[in-house]
Amino acid sequence: MTKPMQRDLFPGALEMMILRTLKRQPMHGYALVQQIKRTSNDLLEIEEGSLYPALQRLLKAGFVKAEWGISSTNRRVRTYKLRPAGAKHLEREVSSFERMLKGITQVLAPGEL
Amino acid sequence: MNWLTQFFSRQRRYDELSEEIQAHLEEKVEELVAEGMSREEAMHSARREFGNVGLIEENCREVWAWPSLEDVFFDIRYGLRALSHSPVFAVIALLTIAIGIAANTAVFSVVNSVLLKPLNYPKSEELVALHQVAPGAEGLADFESGLLLSPSMYVTYSEHNQTFQSLGVWISDTANVTGLAEPEQVRTVAVSDGVFETLNVAPAVGRWLSPPDQVPNGPRRVMLSYGYWQRRFGGDPAVIGRNITIDSQPREIVGVMPNGFQFVDADFDLAAPLSFDRGKLILAGFGFHGIARLKPGATIAHANADLTRMLSIWMDSWSNGPGTNPQIYETWKITPMIRPLKQELIGNVGELLWVVMGTIGVVMLIACANVTNLLLVRVEARQQELAVRAALGAGWTRIVRTLLVESLMLGLTGGIAGLGLAYAGVRLLVAIGPSNLPRLNEIALDGRTLAFTVVLSLLSGLLFGLIPALKYAGPRSTLAPQNSGRTISVSREQHRARNVLVVGQVAMALVLLMCAGLMIRTFGALRKVDPGFADPQHLQVMRISIPDTLIAEPERVMRTQNAIVDKLAAIQGVKSVGFVSNMPMEGFDSEWDEIFAQDKVYSGDLIAPLRLYKSISPGLLQTAGTRLVAGRDFTWSEVDSIRPVVMISENLAREIWGTPSAAIGKHLREFKDMPWHEVVGVVQDVREKGVQDKAPEIVYWAPLVHNRFAPVVRTATFVIRSDRAGTESFLQEVSAAVWSVNSNLPLASVRTMQEVYDKSLARTSFTLVMLGIAGAMALALGIIGIYGVMSYTVSQRKREIGIRLALGAQNGDVLHMVLRQGTKLALVGVAIGICAALGLTRLMTNLLFGVTAQDPLTLVAVAALLILIAVLACYIPARRATLVDPMVALRYE
Repeated sequence: MTKPMQRDLFPGALEMMILRTLKRQPMHGYALVQQIKRTSNDLLEIEEGSLYPALQRLLKAGFVKAEWGISSTNRRVRTYKLRPAGAKHLEREVSSFERMLKGITQVLAPGEL
Repeated sequence: MNWLTQFFSRQRRYDELSEEIQAHLEEKVEELVAEGMSREEAMHSARREFGNVGLIEENCREVWAWPSLEDVFFDIRYGLRALSHSPVFAVIALLTIAIGIAANTAVFSVVNSVLLKPLNYPKSEELVALHQVAPGAEGLADFESGLLLSPSMYVTYSEHNQTFQSLGVWISDTANVTGLAEPEQVRTVAVSDGVFETLNVAPAVGRWLSPPDQVPNGPRRVMLSYGYWQRRFGGDPAVIGRNITIDSQPREIVGVMPNGFQFVDADFDLAAPLSFDRGKLILAGFGFHGIARLKPGATIAHANADLTRMLSIWMDSWSNGPGTNPQIYETWKITPMIRPLKQELIGNVGELLWVVMGTIGVVMLIACANVTNLLLVRVEARQQELAVRAALGAGWTRIVRTLLVESLMLGLTGGIAGLGLAYAGVRLLVAIGPSNLPRLNEIALDGRTLAFTVVLSLLSGLLFGLIPALKYAGPRSTLAPQNSGRTISVSREQHRARNVLVVGQVAMALVLLMCAGLMIRTFGALRKVDPGFADPQHLQVMRISIPDTLIAEPERVMRTQNAIVDKLAAIQGVKSVGFVSNMPMEGFDSEWDEIFAQDKVYSGDLIAPLRLYKSISPGLLQTAGTRLVAGRDFTWSEVDSIRPVVMISENLAREIWGTPSAAIGKHLREFKDMPWHEVVGVVQDVREKGVQDKAPEIVYWAPLVHNRFAPVVRTATFVIRSDRAGTESFLQEVSAAVWSVNSNLPLASVRTMQEVYDKSLARTSFTLVMLGIAGAMALALGIIGIYGVMSYTVSQRKREIGIRLALGAQNGDVLHMVLRQGTKLALVGVAIGICAALGLTRLMTNLLFGVTAQDPLTLVAVAALLILIAVLACYIPARRATLVDPMVALRYE
C-alpha cells in the first residue's frame, strides 16, 4: 500500500513545491507530479493523488488558475498557471522555510551538544 | 466568486475534477504501457500509485465549502433510504420514540407553565406574598396560608415599611349581581389601595381603582374581569361609567382588567375596593392576603426584618377594644415568613409535578433502551454493508457519523410526530389535571417546550445511536466481510450489550410500577377513610348568600333560610334538607376563634386555643349522614328562641372532657359577653380539609346565636338528600323552590357531594393516573424488550439448538434453557429495580397516605408481576426454539 504523504512532508510543503514548479512553467496535474518526483530524485514518496486536494486549495486561495487545453501529447488536460498572488505567497513561504531549516540544521549540527 | 455561484457551479467543478483524475490515470497507464508493462498491470500500478480515488476526490470536494454539511445531506439521504428499506423497524422505532417524546413534552409543558415560567406580572421576581406564621396560636398551625393580615396590620405595614415599593391586601368573596339577567352569584375580589400598583398590570379599558375609591362610604366603584366583561357586556368599551347592581347596591364600572389577569390565584369576575375605616380598626381580623413589591436591591431577609420591626409598632398602635391587652399577641409568636409570590402560588404542587416528570423521563429512558436494542440488531444485520463501505474507503468516523445521523433522524422524526401527540396530550392533562392546579389556564406549548422537545429528540437520538455506532464501527477493523459468515454464532460480548439493556429496562419498569402501585394503595386507603358524610352521590349541595343590603335583620335571614329548607323539603323525592356554613372539602375558608370551656381555667391574659367553628341547621347532620356520637341534634324551636346550645366534635370532647358522653351538659363560649352554651350533642369527626388531613376539632353553633359580630350565617351551603340529586329536572325544581322564597337569591356552586369529594381527591387521582400511565408504558416496553432479545437470541442460536436436538436433547430441555436465560435477565433486573425503588420511592413520601414508601406488600406484588410477565414474554420464543427442525437447521452448515 502507499504511504500517506503526511509522514514525509510537513503541512504546506506540497503546496510550496507545486508553486515553485509552476513558477518555472504552467503544467497540468500529471506532469506536475512527474516533475516534482523527478526533481526530488524520487527522494520524496508522494502519493500521486494527494496532489489534487493541494491544487484545489491553491485554486481556492487564488494562488493559481486553471485552464483546459490540449497537452503536448495531444490530450485534453487542465493546465495550472501561477498567479502573482501565488508568486508572492511562494516567496514568503520559502523564506520562512529557509529560516526554519536553518534553525533545525543548527540544532542538528554535530559537535554542538 | 461569492458563495451562491460557488454553490451552483459546484457540480461542474466536481465533474471536472473527476475528468482530470481520470485523465491523470490514463496518462500514467499509457506511460507504463510504453515502458513495456501489460495494460492490466499498468492500470493496477497506476491506481496504486495514485491512492484511493474516492477518498481523494472527497478530499478535493472538501476544499470547496461546507463539506460536512454536504456529507450530512448525503447521510440523511442514505439514512432515509436505509429506513425505507426496513419499514417495520422504522415504524416500531418511530412509534416508541414518538410516544415517549409526546409524554415527556406534554408533562414538560405543564412543568414549564406552572413551575418554570415567571408569573404574568411585570418584573414578577420582585413580587412577594406577606406570609406570616404564628406558632404560639394553637390551631392556626393548621392554616395552610399561615396567619393572614388584619386591616390594622396592613395600615401599619403600608405606612411604616422601608423595603417595599408598594403593598396591599386582598380577599376573595362572592356577591350577587341582579338586574342583568337571572340573579347571578359572581366571584369577587376586594382589594386595598396598593394592590394594583404592586401587580402593575395596566387595565384593558378604563382605569384602576384608585385611593378616592377606597374612602369609606365614598363613591361605589368596581372593575370587571375580562371574562365577565365579555360574558355579560359582550366586550363593549362603553361599559365604563355604567352602573351594575351588586348585592342590591349600584356600583359604577371604572375599568376592565386584561385577559388572563388574576389576583395571585384568585380567578374573579368583579374587583371592588376595600374601604377600611381607620378610626374603627382593631388589632384582630386576620383574613387578608398581603402582597408587596420589593424595592430594587431589597431581599426577602431585609423585608422579614422590616416586618418584625413593624409588628411591635402594630401592637403599640392598635387595640382590640377597651379592657383587652394588645400584648397577648406576643404569645402567638407572630413571625414573618415572606415568600416569593410564585412559590406562594405554586404551593406544594411542584413536588407532584417533578415526580410525574421524573417517572415520565424514566419511561423515555426505557423507550431509548428499546430502540437501542432494535438498532443493535439492525446494525448487526448490516455488518456486511458497513464492511463494504469501509473497504471502499469510508473512514470509521464517517461510518459512525452515518449511523448517528440515522439515529438522530429517527429521534427528530419521532420528536416531530411526538409533538403532534403532545398537543393532544396537553389538552388531556389539562382536562384530567387537578382543578386546583395553579396556573392551569397558562398551560400551553411554547418556545421553551419546543426547544425541550428538540433537545430531547436529539439527545435520545444520540443516546440510542451511540452504543451501536461505537460498538460496530469502532476503529478496530472487525468489519471484515468474512466475519458475517452464517456459521459464526454471535459473540458473548454482543449479547452482553443487549442483556444489560434488558436488565436496565426491567429495573426501571419495576421502579415505575412500584410508584404506580404505591399510588393505588394510597388511593385505596383514602377511599376507606370515613369522610364524615355518607352516600355523597345522593347529596345535592349549593351555596346561597343573603347580603345585608338585601335582608338586614339576622332573624329575618334565619327565617328566610328556614323557609328555603321547608320549600326544598317539599320537593318530590327529597328525604331531608339542612344547611351549614360550609360542607367538608368544599374549599371555602374556615373560621376559627378562641373557645373557652366553663369548667377550665385559662391563666391570665393567655387566650384559649383557636377552634374551627361552623354554623349548622337542625337536620343537617342527618341529611349529610354525619353520625351523632352522643347527645342530640338542635331543634328548630331552640333556634327560633335562640337557646344557648352548642354541639362539638368527638375529638374536641375527648380533648377537653375525656369522653364524648362526659361533654354532654357542659358549657362553653366564644368570648366574654356571650352567654355560656350547653353542649347538647357530640358529632363524629369530620375530614374537613380532605380525607388525607387529620379531622380538626370543631364547634357547631346553631344558625342564629348570641354573637354581636356574626349572629347569623349569611352565606350557607344547602344540603339536600335525594335520589334525584344532580338531575336537570331536580335542579330546576330546586331553583324554583328557592326563588319562590326570594327571587333575588342566586344559586352558586351547585354540585353533588360526590363531585366535591372527587375534587378533594383530584391531586391523588391525577398522580395515580399519571404514574399508572407511566407504569403501564414501562411494563409494555419492558416486555417488548425481553421478548425482542429472547426472540433474537433464539433465531441466532437456531443451529446450536438444532445440534442439541439432533444430539438427543428433549423439547423440554430446550424450553427450559431459553426460559432460564430470560428469567435470569428478569431476576437480575428485578433485584436491581428493588434496590433502586427502595431508594427512589422515598421522594414521593409526601404524596402517599396510609402506606410507607417501602411498602413490602406492593414491592413483592410488583416484583412477582414483573417476573411472571417476563417469563410469559420468554415463553413464545422458547416455544419457537423447541420447534426448530434439526435437519433444516443443520442443512445450512
